[in-house]
Amino acid sequence: MNELVFFINNVVIAGCVAGSIYAIGAVGVTLIFSIMRFAHFAHGDMMTFGAFMVLLLTTLFPQAGAAIGIPTPLIMLPFAMALTAVLAVGIDRAFYKPLRAHGVKPIVMVIASLGVTLMLQGLIRLFAGTGGESLYVDDRKEIFRIPLPIEGVRVPVVITEPQIYLFALTLISVVALHFFLSRSRLGKAMRAMSDNPALAQASGINTNTIVAVTWVIAGGLAAIAGTLLSLDVTFKPDLSFFLLLPIFAAAIVGGVGHPYGAIAGGFVVGFAETLAVFNWGILLRPFRDSLPEWLAQAGNLAFVGTEYKIVVPFFILVAILVWRPTGIFKGKVI
Amino acid sequence: MSTTRTDTVAAPRRFPLREVILFVVLLAAVLGVYGMMGSAYSTRMLVEASCYAILALGLTIQWGYAGQFNAGVMGFVALGGFCAMFFSVPVNDAFWDSSLPGELGVVLAYIVGAAVVVFGASRLDRIGVPKKLRTVITVVLAVVLYLVVISAFRGVADQIESQAGFIGGLGLPAWVGWIVGGALAGGVGYFIGHICLGLRSDYLAIATIGIAEIIKAFLKNSDWLTRGTATVSPLPWPVPGPAEVGFTLARAMYLSVTAVMIAAIFFLLHRAYHAPWGRMIRAIRDNEISSAAMGKDINKRRLEIFVLGCILMGIGGAVLASFNSLFDPQGYLPLNHTFLVLVMVILGGPGNNLGTIFGAVAVYIIWLMSEPLALFLMELAVHFGESTFGWDAPASMDSRALQARVFVIGLLITLVLRFAPKGLLPEKTKHVD
Repeated sequence: MNELVFFINNVVIAGCVAGSIYAIGAVGVTLIFSIMRFAHFAHGDMMTFGAFMVLLLTTLFPQAGAAIGIPTPLIMLPFAMALTAVLAVGIDRAFYKPLRAHGVKPIVMVIASLGVTLMLQGLIRLFAGTGGESLYVDDRKEIFRIPLPIEGVRVPVVITEPQIYLFALTLISVVALHFFLSRSRLGKAMRAMSDNPALAQASGINTNTIVAVTWVIAGGLAAIAGTLLSLDVTFKPDLSFFLLLPIFAAAIVGGVGHPYGAIAGGFVVGFAETLAVFNWGILLRPFRDSLPEWLAQAGNLAFVGTEYKIVVPFFILVAILVWRPTGIFKGKVI
Repeated sequence: MSTTRTDTVAAPRRFPLREVILFVVLLAAVLGVYGMMGSAYSTRMLVEASCYAILALGLTIQWGYAGQFNAGVMGFVALGGFCAMFFSVPVNDAFWDSSLPGELGVVLAYIVGAAVVVFGASRLDRIGVPKKLRTVITVVLAVVLYLVVISAFRGVADQIESQAGFIGGLGLPAWVGWIVGGALAGGVGYFIGHICLGLRSDYLAIATIGIAEIIKAFLKNSDWLTRGTATVSPLPWPVPGPAEVGFTLARAMYLSVTAVMIAAIFFLLHRAYHAPWGRMIRAIRDNEISSAAMGKDINKRRLEIFVLGCILMGIGGAVLASFNSLFDPQGYLPLNHTFLVLVMVILGGPGNNLGTIFGAVAVYIIWLMSEPLALFLMELAVHFGESTFGWDAPASMDSRALQARVFVIGLLITLVLRFAPKGLLPEKTKHVD
């Protein structure tokens, strides 16, 4: 049973954490894709920017959280979301809108977004340095150890405070997004525009407003994902290149332009990653005596080492592009 | 009887004023660097710029000729560098004299055997096994065999690391590694292109970014093959090294080798561009549907040009690694080996080989000169801050100043796309009335 608890700690919880972060990121990417029809490569850096804003605000007002009783970074999160949303709209106005007005091919927009990636990365590293920093400036990271009431289990289930906030916030943002897209006027207009931009414009939808709203949502979600990731581990200015591939893999697995698919895709990629780096030999240990010699002797039965984690989303991406390029939920645009 | 046809695509001949002015300015800049930094440094700069020019030519045929965006130049460069290292580094006797080569061979044979078994299982439906059952059998077999084989492989790799360091090289001349590097990069390009080129162009960008990071992770962590972060040096040169004839002369000889390579590549590309093949490639780029209607096999042509570009990148990467005389997997950075090349191409003129070479040399000079400039400006800012506001500058100022260059490269990309999308030397196209 100890092995099973180990499995829960290392796969179920870690997979949920990675999956939630990829899901929130992939929703932003897929929304941008469905409205503006290009792969936004600067999304990882918008996440880093959001986390950096939280770090900045938390360093400025380290005591704010103690007054209410929740960690300071979470109090600063709404402000960081607003700032990131403003940044996203500003980037669109300054760099993407002129290109759109020129009617360039989508791939040129992709290159422009890579340029924006480099600019954001340069700025963030210029101000934040290149090392990692913890977002918990003045607070303490609580770690909950939950012992299981089963005979013979010595290892507790371990879950940390930021992980609980992460699950809660993921749930809240997914539900809020669902109601926004299905109930509100703006959300319906967004869906109309993603289906058929020309028809949406002809029926009186202001496409400029929709584009701006998309950036606000994408920026806000990016700030949430970046902050939660940095809370769980540490804030690193060069996160984005390692986030890009899993997030895009998640968006494509779920079907590009399909927000619910992106959420599912995020969890698929997150769990695939943790399952692939998990050492399966541990689960075989209780049955050691009844196994054939060659299998019992094999020490490390992980599919890939942790240093090759990035292979997993790539493999998923390749597999989905080969067998089902529209994604598991049939995205609208390929 | 004349057999030459008039080329209706190339522009009519005129005096190339723009080209002459730009190249004169470039020559003046090179001479200025020679005057300021001395001949040894400047020759090194020129050799590196010429290696980058090979990379940029590879990217310009992908992006300029065919409109494919490869965002993973770094991966192909690293593959080329690895081949240059693997073929030219002296033989490691500690490895070959032990029993390890045999064990490694056995494990490699296992890997091949497992691959054959899995492939065979995937063909079971040919002998009447239901398709669903076949898929299940194949997947289960693949997972189990993979786990067993990779476990055995890890054991041998660990033994090699502890007993012999790494497997060493083959001790062959450098150019063998360059050729194989190009071939290997082309093979990886074929794999990626085969999957992505039929889909939206964004997918190619995502997949190439991914493969570049994977290649880097593999080279960095396979200590048994590449010594990983410990790096391998020195790599032998194809010409006499600095120890024999002095820095400037040795580098000048290396420069002559790269110059000959660029001239050959340039000539071949020029011929290809004006040949029927080049016209077909451009026709596909400009209007896929009409070229498909003319009976052209679009996906095959695209794959051809993507692989060709990757081969050039592999060769360029190999030449660069040999010249640096150092193989350091961690030294391959997206900024230095992907985005710098991208800036060279889009600034110089995608689809115009001369413009690409101009862009490569010009951007590389700016890139090298911007390092001291960034440090100088940062120092100035710190000094100003200290004297005016009593600002206490953080200690890591030097590493931060270099990040300003990341910002500048990004800004350059967006500005060029916005204001000069065809580059400084645009591709010449003639419009037939």
